[in-house]
Amino acid sequence: MTRLAGGLIDRTRTLSFTFDGRSYQGHPGDTLASALLANDVRLMGRSFKYHRPRGPIAAGSEEPNAMVELRRGARQEPNTRATVAELYEGLEASSQNRLGSLRFDLLAMNDLLSPFFAAGFYYKTFMWPRAFWEKLYEPIIRNAAGLGRLSMQADPDAYDKGYLHCDLLVIGAGAAGLSAALTAARAGAQVILAEEDFLLGGRLLAETHLLDEAPAGGWLAKVEAELAALPNVRIMRRTTVFGTFDHGIFGAVERVADHLPTPGNGVRQTLWRITARRSILAAGATERHIPFANNDRPGIMLAGALRSYANRWAACPGQKVAIFTNNDDGHRTALDLAAKGVEIAGVIDTRGSVSALGNYPVFVDSVVENTRGRLGLKSVTVRSGAKNFDLDCDVLGVSGGWNPNLHLASHHRARPVWNDTLHAFVPGENGPPGMTVAGAAMGQGSTAAAMTAGASAAVAAMEGLGLRAAMPELPRAEKADANLYPLWHVPGKGRAWVDFQNDVTVKDIRLANQENMRPVEHLKRWTTLGMATDQGKTANVTALAVMAELTGKSVAETGTTMFRPPYTGVSLGVLGGGDTGPHFRPRRLTPSHVWAAERGAVFIEVGPWMRAQYFPQAGETEWRQTVDREVLATRQGVGICDVTTLGKVDVQGRDATLFLDRLYANAMASLKVGMVRYGLMLREDGLAYDDGTCARLAEDEYVVTTTTAQAGPVFRHMEYARQCLWPELDVQLVSTTEAWAQFAVAGPNARALLQRVVDNFDLSNEAFPFMACAGLTVCGGLRARLFRISFSGELAYEIAVPSRYGNALMARLVEVGSDLGATPYGTEALGVMRIEKGHAAGNELNGQTTAQMLGMGRMVSAKKDAIGSVMSRREGLLAETRVLVGLQPVDPALPVVAGAHLFTEGDGHSTATDQGWITSACYSPHVGSAIGLGFLANGAMRMGEVVVAANPLQGGEVRVRVVSPHFVDPDGGRLRV
Amino acid sequence: MRFSGFRVIKEALTGHKGWQPLWRNPDPKPAYDYVIVGGGGHGLATAYYLANTFRKARIAVLEKGWLGSGNIGRNTTIIRSNYGLPGNQPFYEFSMKLWEGLEQEFNFNAMVSQRGILNLIHTDAQRDAYRRRGNAMLFSGADAELLDRDRVRDMCPWLNFDNARFPIKGGLMQRRAGTARHDGVAWGYARGADRAGVDLIQNCEVTGFRIEEGRIRGVETSRGYIAAAKVGVAVAGSTSRVMEKAGLRLPIESHVLQAFVSEGLKPLIPGVITFGAGHFYVSQSDKGGLVFGGDIDGYNSYAQRGNMPVIEDVIEGGMALMPMIGRARLLRVWGGIMDMSMDGSPIIDRTPVEGLYLNAGWCYGGFKATPASGYSFAHLLATDTPHETARHFRLDRFARGHVIDEKGMGAQPNLH
Amino acid sequence: MLIPHPLLGPRDAQEFTYLGDAALLARPDGMAEGALGAFIDYVYLRDNPAGVHRELWFHEQGDRSWLVVTRNTVTHEIIDAQLARDVALARKGAVA
Repeated sequence: MTRLAGGLIDRTRTLSFTFDGRSYQGHPGDTLASALLANDVRLMGRSFKYHRPRGPIAAGSEEPNAMVELRRGARQEPNTRATVAELYEGLEASSQNRLGSLRFDLLAMNDLLSPFFAAGFYYKTFMWPRAFWEKLYEPIIRNAAGLGRLSMQADPDAYDKGYLHCDLLVIGAGAAGLSAALTAARAGAQVILAEEDFLLGGRLLAETHLLDEAPAGGWLAKVEAELAALPNVRIMRRTTVFGTFDHGIFGAVERVADHLPTPGNGVRQTLWRITARRSILAAGATERHIPFANNDRPGIMLAGALRSYANRWAACPGQKVAIFTNNDDGHRTALDLAAKGVEIAGVIDTRGSVSALGNYPVFVDSVVENTRGRLGLKSVTVRSGAKNFDLDCDVLGVSGGWNPNLHLASHHRARPVWNDTLHAFVPGENGPPGMTVAGAAMGQGSTAAAMTAGASAAVAAMEGLGLRAAMPELPRAEKADANLYPLWHVPGKGRAWVDFQNDVTVKDIRLANQENMRPVEHLKRWTTLGMATDQGKTANVTALAVMAELTGKSVAETGTTMFRPPYTGVSLGVLGGGDTGPHFRPRRLTPSHVWAAERGAVFIEVGPWMRAQYFPQAGETEWRQTVDREVLATRQGVGICDVTTLGKVDVQGRDATLFLDRLYANAMASLKVGMVRYGLMLREDGLAYDDGTCARLAEDEYVVTTTTAQAGPVFRHMEYARQCLWPELDVQLVSTTEAWAQFAVAGPNARALLQRVVDNFDLSNEAFPFMACAGLTVCGGLRARLFRISFSGELAYEIAVPSRYGNALMARLVEVGSDLGATPYGTEALGVMRIEKGHAAGNELNGQTTAQMLGMGRMVSAKKDAIGSVMSRREGLLAETRVLVGLQPVDPALPVVAGAHLFTEGDGHSTATDQGWITSACYSPHVGSAIGLGFLANGAMRMGEVVVAANPLQGGEVRVRVVSPHFVDPDGGRLRV
Repeated sequence: MRFSGFRVIKEALTGHKGWQPLWRNPDPKPAYDYVIVGGGGHGLATAYYLANTFRKARIAVLEKGWLGSGNIGRNTTIIRSNYGLPGNQPFYEFSMKLWEGLEQEFNFNAMVSQRGILNLIHTDAQRDAYRRRGNAMLFSGADAELLDRDRVRDMCPWLNFDNARFPIKGGLMQRRAGTARHDGVAWGYARGADRAGVDLIQNCEVTGFRIEEGRIRGVETSRGYIAAAKVGVAVAGSTSRVMEKAGLRLPIESHVLQAFVSEGLKPLIPGVITFGAGHFYVSQSDKGGLVFGGDIDGYNSYAQRGNMPVIEDVIEGGMALMPMIGRARLLRVWGGIMDMSMDGSPIIDRTPVEGLYLNAGWCYGGFKATPASGYSFAHLLATDTPHETARHFRLDRFARGHVIDEKGMGAQPNLH
Repeated sequence: MLIPHPLLGPRDAQEFTYLGDAALLARPDGMAEGALGAFIDYVYLRDNPAGVHRELWFHEQGDRSWLVVTRNTVTHEIIDAQLARDVALARKGAVA
């Protein structure tokens, strides 16, 4: 086991874990990657296309190679970066994307065949024979592609969602972020400091720089303690701000329990929506590599990552380290590792005149041209001036400079701009309003510059908020320049990787150039560059620079690279927020739900509602038996149905009448107090919107009902009409859908039943005729509303009482009406009876139908300017001949099916000959056969004609006779008795 | 150069020296017979068919950015012909038939993959509506199957059957539906058009139209004036602001639709699945990413990016339907600007300006229409008569009352 | 997004339902000569600007106010929000 001295790991405790079934040990503070490296394991994965053996190149969330399946069973988490997975006792991880073992992956044959797999090769082949794509080629490709596996079991963990507000959000708790947070916190601002790591400090954790001549740890501890003690600061560790959205809103995910064996009773992760008046992006920078032949072997890493592993995790992936660099930063790695006692084979520097910072060989004017070592680096080939030589080493640190982590600043599509001094893209103008970028994320990479930039940004942000902030006293820190001389790749014959995970090499970029796929977006899409799980964090800029070199343009002319959310992958579980399974949507219960449940009702989802579908009784073995019984009991005695879900809107005010007259297509102004009228609303485009009843309770007081489905939209529409169209009218609206429990009481015995619950109210036909309404009391003083309306075609009422009495009223009605045959019925019987009566419902009012189609064309008044009336007179609407008809099978034993299309007998069945369709169908116990409603071309003139109802989808075709849609009591006599 | 497996092998063995540019980078000529504005999928397809099928010459495609940078570059890749209304269904079925021979025709593997689409059913009313739709599909010559709950469960046992707020009651299946590699489609058409002599001109933004006496004369561009006998505009997402330069107001709003892709995963779902009780649809790309989406953000936008509420809503739907995806990660979310028309259906028609033609209003369904849209638009440009399957996509249908409103939502674009 | 509600201060846009262009406030007179043409334009045609847009939002999960929000459709910046009722009344005053 290769552990160095020092580091931020807790050596007093040991954690056991397994990788690919083998047991290892690490310490708290380790990541899976650091612990594996400390155990001399550096082969951790396979690349996407060529299945090349890979180890980590980075020490953070930019890692493209070291991805594992973490955990087992339902918690198996594919594509987890070993470099950020915190070690816990019992951690289980497996390598992924391999056929066979990690060491002997059979798919590594792809590597041998790589000439055949050049960029975009699949666009040029696999086309013959055509059927082979789905049958042969694609299944092979699909099985070879993909990365990790899901368990296919439901995610067992809980997730949470929360909202935070602050004056200042600081993203990243490195030198810049901590300085910014401290400055703002001292000014009294509400500050959130979000850090993706489990420790605060950023690069300070990985460096040996001194702050005020002391190790950085001291300053970090002091700042952290001060921030933690301030009530106006919230420090969020393990929290990745993944997206910048509008108006200062950020998405962040806090990994609450990913560092624990299981979340226990808590949540795994929390999704935060953070609203910040100002933000400072201090996300640091990502080191870039320099492509050269075979630059992807385990043991080849970013030089800064080597430093992280050595200084923070006391781990080194080998015994003998070489460094390849084009800037001073690479030398630091040599210096730090040498200080830890690691042998330095040499620093290979592309620049001409550099000297060593310590006691190690330097090869100036040199590049790494190639490497050896199948499963891990063994040596590198160095070209130094004109000569080549091999250098034995098992670790190579590569340093090509640093790319600012500007991702969150480009989520609003602000284009990063190329900086010729820094040789990097920095955040451009027009970034997200309120955001300042500071520190290495802005190219201010030295510790001193980062601290100053962070604090200054905070001072400016505070000023913008009207707070006075002072620059804090910052420790003396290094302010070295990296002296970078850009080198974007080492020319040569072998494959030099640019995007490690997706196996995009310099050759692929060259080929893209040759094939004229030069615009950045073409380059990316043609080669899949930057499309891997790291979103090209270590690849995009380098690729752009290589393309620039090939086309002879500058990087700035070649293009820029923007980023989309999320900054790093975010689990779908947490984005789903936990409102899943039965909690996916709220469940609204009707007032009589408890009573119905006790009666054994079967419930059904109706939009957000759960409604009683039917009430089975002992001995009924099939739902149809129950429904038929409920229908017949209603038509012969009396049935009761909870219809609370229908929308109710109280309309009051001096101009209520005028308002409703403009809202409904049919005349409403003539409605008398104490009466109800059917009302049809059109949309402004002239098609039918919704129907319901309008009851005039007093001169200036109405209650209107809507369909269940449209209760919300119609109320919104009414408020729109009131506030936007006719604000001058004196009218007020309130939705009372949930205030009143409402029951349909229908059937010949309805009056007799209601007479038993009303308080001294004359229900006689004379006193309370069809379409009457009134306020009254029931059951000894309970406030109620009564409407004599019918959806079933029977003598019927709807009675409403305050919601909390709904359950009791339902029970009372059934109880006191037992001798009258009082029977509760559900939505199925309701549906059957309305089809029998020919009333339109959702299937007919589907937003595609006109008043004329519904047989209500003449109701649309031309004498007034109601919503939709003008547009209902467009030629296309007037020319529509399909109207609602009834349909009855010629052979009564045959079914009628909604969704079947109608054809003239003898016609072929095609789009061109289509005559209409069946909207609703049921078995009618009243008729004694199946019946249906449907829209039929010229239907009004085709009564008695036999047409064909074709349902080839289910292999059926039934001859049906066109009849009146009113199967029950077409004259309406029963309603009026 | 013809692409083939043989060619790939030959080039692999000879160092890939023989690959040619997929298309030229021509400078614009002073005049063309046909100028197509917009080098997205529909524009490229239009040029392709104009040149190859209708045998027209002197054609240019003007693209303000890079070829394929329209919504063909940022969609969820679904192809299907499962519409319900007679104004739509024959057109989309025509498109499906074109998809079925497309790659062989333009000699480019666009990975058209007919792995099927399954629209899940959660209520009885939804089953009725899908039955109506499925039958309409069959009558138009397409394929459709109505599956019951058990069949769906056999096919996708990992859907949430036992713990769902809205139980799955069945599904409408179209097996010929599937996905295609969106960029590949753009490139296939571009290459095919270029080979037929079409000038594909990138970084050429149309800044105005020259109209004289009610007739188009040419277009002003960022690369100078280009004369044209006929101009076809196919710039979904930017339609209003381009056509405004010709003095037209349109029944279109621009809205942002977000789309999502997860990190790569080994194969888990076969085809396309749509949730019927929430806004969520999903497929898995050949590379392994779950490609999914849901509702538009719902407000007018040209910003190509959306906001958190819809991200959460879509993924909530995904988790409710497929709770096994919780451990997968979202890799990327992006926004595209949709031409949301007033009835949810497209426009392929002449305009009041003679010689100026419009292809627009695809809402978020334009990708699957790419072949038929290009073909029909080329037909219109070449013959001045609408293609039979696209004859309902008229600009005056709103005024005349012949809207094609699949969802029945009326004149409110964000509800379609 | 956050919408600066004139009565309630900044509210999450998620509380609102969006309708569209505030030109919808200018409903034509249905009884006037040529009403059909006016309605066709009103119902179907939109400026759909890339830039400043006045639009209607309904505070459905809130106080039920309809608002006229002035927002940039390219940047999503919100410039102004007023009660639609006030805007409509002012418009009618101006028209009358």
